[in-house]
Amino acid sequence: MSSIHGFAVQAPGDNLLEVENLRVSFATEHGVAKVLDGVNLTIRPGEIMGLVGESGCGKTTLANAILGILANNARREAGSIRFAGEDLLTMPRWQAESEIRGRSITFIPQDPFGSFNPLFPIRTQTMEVMKWKSPRRAAREGRGIAGFFSRYPRARRSADAAAVLQMLRTVQISKPEEAFGKLPHEFSGGQRQRLMIALALLPQPELVIADEPTTALDATIQAQILKLLKRLAKERGVSVLFTTHDLGTAYEICDRITVLYAGQEVETAPVDDFFQRPHHPYTVRLLESLPHPGRELREIGGEIPALVHPPAGCRFHPRCFRATEECLSDRPAVTPLGGGHQVRCYHPITEASRL
Amino acid sequence: MKAALDILRKLLRDPAAAAGLAIVLLLVAVAVLAPLIATHPEAVWDMNPRQRLLPPSEAYFFGTDRMGADIYSRILFGARITLTIAITAVGAALLIGVPIGLVSGWRQSWLGEALMRISDIFLAVPQIVLAIAISQTLGPSIENVILALSVTYWPWFTRLVHAEVHSLRNETFIEAAIALGVPAWRIILLHVLPNVTSPIIVRTSIGMGFTILTASALGFLGLGAPPPAPEWGRMISESREFLPEAWWYALAPGLAIFLVVMGFNLLGDGLRDVLDPRIRRASTGR
Repeated sequence: MSSIHGFAVQAPGDNLLEVENLRVSFATEHGVAKVLDGVNLTIRPGEIMGLVGESGCGKTTLANAILGILANNARREAGSIRFAGEDLLTMPRWQAESEIRGRSITFIPQDPFGSFNPLFPIRTQTMEVMKWKSPRRAAREGRGIAGFFSRYPRARRSADAAAVLQMLRTVQISKPEEAFGKLPHEFSGGQRQRLMIALALLPQPELVIADEPTTALDATIQAQILKLLKRLAKERGVSVLFTTHDLGTAYEICDRITVLYAGQEVETAPVDDFFQRPHHPYTVRLLESLPHPGRELREIGGEIPALVHPPAGCRFHPRCFRATEECLSDRPAVTPLGGGHQVRCYHPITEASRL
Repeated sequence: MKAALDILRKLLRDPAAAAGLAIVLLLVAVAVLAPLIATHPEAVWDMNPRQRLLPPSEAYFFGTDRMGADIYSRILFGARITLTIAITAVGAALLIGVPIGLVSGWRQSWLGEALMRISDIFLAVPQIVLAIAISQTLGPSIENVILALSVTYWPWFTRLVHAEVHSLRNETFIEAAIALGVPAWRIILLHVLPNVTSPIIVRTSIGMGFTILTASALGFLGLGAPPPAPEWGRMISESREFLPEAWWYALAPGLAIFLVVMGFNLLGDGLRDVLDPRIRRASTGR
């Protein structure tokens, strides 16, 4: 990000997470699918960043890349993921696993039904996580094979258990002591997602990755969970990467929004700017496609490109009403528009052209 | 422990499963107490030509065989052989099959594929044929029967565990554990194995019945324990010369095999209903 335009450069220490020019592809039966094509993304400390895009645009792939759980057939071809100044991709695996994942970066999954092992009560599962990922745990306690035999020190265990109960209360689980002994299937989807939020916040992370955490829930529960997540993140100064395909949800919770189209980020803007002054043709079309009273639904013509043979240049050009020759060959550079608003387009829709 | 009691309670609610459990417990009790409840414990291995081929009576509940031995007592001692063969053969098959299934289901690489293809080779040949070939080559003895049965039965466990692990691998809680850096062996032991125990238990019970049946077939063909060991399959084989006059000679061991195999199958089906409510008597595995 830093090398591009003079005044938009942020000091490297400013951002908690910097994804730069990340390219990830998957070997499939039909060829190599280029799922992420030079994606940039930044998250500042304490910020809720929305990652918006259609299904299949690479939201989950990006989230998984940050978490280090890409599938076996995935290949990272270029780019870096810098977290608090350190590249997660070149860091030794044991270090990423013991110090970053589950400690500094935690995860709230999409599906609250598969996220707990159905056989064990909540107590066993939360305490197992806390045994290894508690903020009270010393950095080098019981690593490697010794870990299997290592005991959970009693003092830390009771401190952790108290913290877990406190957290269950915070996420509004009624009767936390009872809930502790229950099995996952005894909770509803909304309650399980509350438990997942609790589990994600317990290690006192700096970044929580929430991959469509409300998609599987119904609308009323969705609003409750969003409110809870936002309040807790703000209270604790935790950054959140919130992926969603629902613009309404993004509006509710996010500070900034990045739009992803077919594996390329096209626009990043603070939430108000995003909804009021979108610049990229795709973003504009996307916002127009929202239902509006007294207006017919407007869809974006064309289809998402196949990622095995994606269009060259800007991947949106086959569907773009402003596309010209140059869009076909090279991907536009990041253009800063001030106030943290950035767009990657040769023909952005400016205030003048909007009239 | 509470879970085990719960399973037992549900199992007893199903009459068929309860009957199966009763038969299996009876078999175990008979095997353990054989010397105490046998009417002629000494007659099991002794020849007694004067009492040859006597029909069932108060002294000889199931009659006597061609050596004059009490068939009732021989059946009781035969339960020991049957149970020994079934437990060790299925136990060995478990010890071979389950770890291979866990590894091949977990490592979706050439290693997992290779292990599954090896198990396919064993499954391609009918178990009884392969078992006959192995015990014929090694010679008739209980040890060789156990060896033949365990070597031919492990792929059933491997396939079962492989399929379960394969689908579990995509569960979020497994993915989360991987992302947290939990070592693979720890995930397999703490998360995967507990999730596959139910189908393993069901398969073990059904496998016991099936193994007893195959062991009896090997005994019938003269590949089991050498005479005069009171092996049920061999007893039926011996009786053929004296049928149909000495009908009791074949009846008792045949009934014993039938009861025990049915008991294990009923127990296995009942366990499946209790442990895995998704499949209710849908398929009859072997």
